[in-house]
Amino acid sequence: MLTEQDKQIIRELQNGLPLVSRPFMAMAAKLNMTEEGLIERIRYFIANGQIRRFGAAVRHQDLGYLANAMVVWDAPSEKAAEIGVIMAGFEEVTHCYQRPRYPDWPYNLFTMVHGRSREECVRTAEKISLATGVKEYRLLFSTVELK
Amino acid sequence: MSVPREKGLLDFMKLDSLDRKLLNIIQANFPLVPEPYQEIGEALGITEDEVIDRIRIMLDNGLIRRLGGIFDSRKLGYQGALCAVKADRDSIDQVAALINSFPGVTHNYLREHAYNVWFTVLAQSEEKMENILSEIRKHSAIQEIIVLPAENVFKIRVNFDLQ
Repeated sequence: MLTEQDKQIIRELQNGLPLVSRPFMAMAAKLNMTEEGLIERIRYFIANGQIRRFGAAVRHQDLGYLANAMVVWDAPSEKAAEIGVIMAGFEEVTHCYQRPRYPDWPYNLFTMVHGRSREECVRTAEKISLATGVKEYRLLFSTVELK
Repeated sequence: MSVPREKGLLDFMKLDSLDRKLLNIIQANFPLVPEPYQEIGEALGITEDEVIDRIRIMLDNGLIRRLGGIFDSRKLGYQGALCAVKADRDSIDQVAALINSFPGVTHNYLREHAYNVWFTVLAQSEEKMENILSEIRKHSAIQEIIVLPAENVFKIRVNFDLQ
């Protein structure tokens, strides 16, 4: 369970670490904590998995990965877990999830594929299709980052 | 906020090798010490001020979204889902502005499909998530929202190696 103070720490960390010589001290002052206490708590969140990673979140589209495709797959439900693991093994796949289907949405596996071009993403999807035997898939390229 | 890709590419090209090394460190090994920028500077052979200036530029031009914790929302007890709607071409800006007005909406992308507006929602409970979705329905022509929470997570990678 998160304490009220934990929630405040999370809120502050989502606003971002200040760009000053002692950023944890500056943040701790706002939270009525000590610098050491705040660093300890962050370490605890990391050890506990609540913070997956501490540091900079980058906008990957700007780092040379110009094409970003969400590739969606219509995989047999009973094999989805097995196939998801194979898809996750591809270096080009950064995220891989199973999600529910809808009447007009038959796809149950989602992979985020980053490439330096659209063609690279298309080739990656072909490779994954060959490796998994899933032939029904679509690439949804993002054209604009709305938020 | 939309960032034109050409600008992104330009910013990427402008990164020198020191920026790239710096980005690798602050993505993967941000030091949890009282003077982290000082420590990073020592590792790179530059001053603390230069570290701070370089990070500030990358934050200002949007290369770095945020400096802080990348949280596992589920472990924090949040409900999250990827959602998609079909918005008419003419109403995309309006629909996007409405969707983005909720703080629980963390990402929003326009994609090439009949379901063209794809966004992620984080909420403290299912009820709060449903509230956001019903507000979206109420204030737009959108009636159908497909809600796609992760049933299984096979991979999440958020680091990008810039070497």
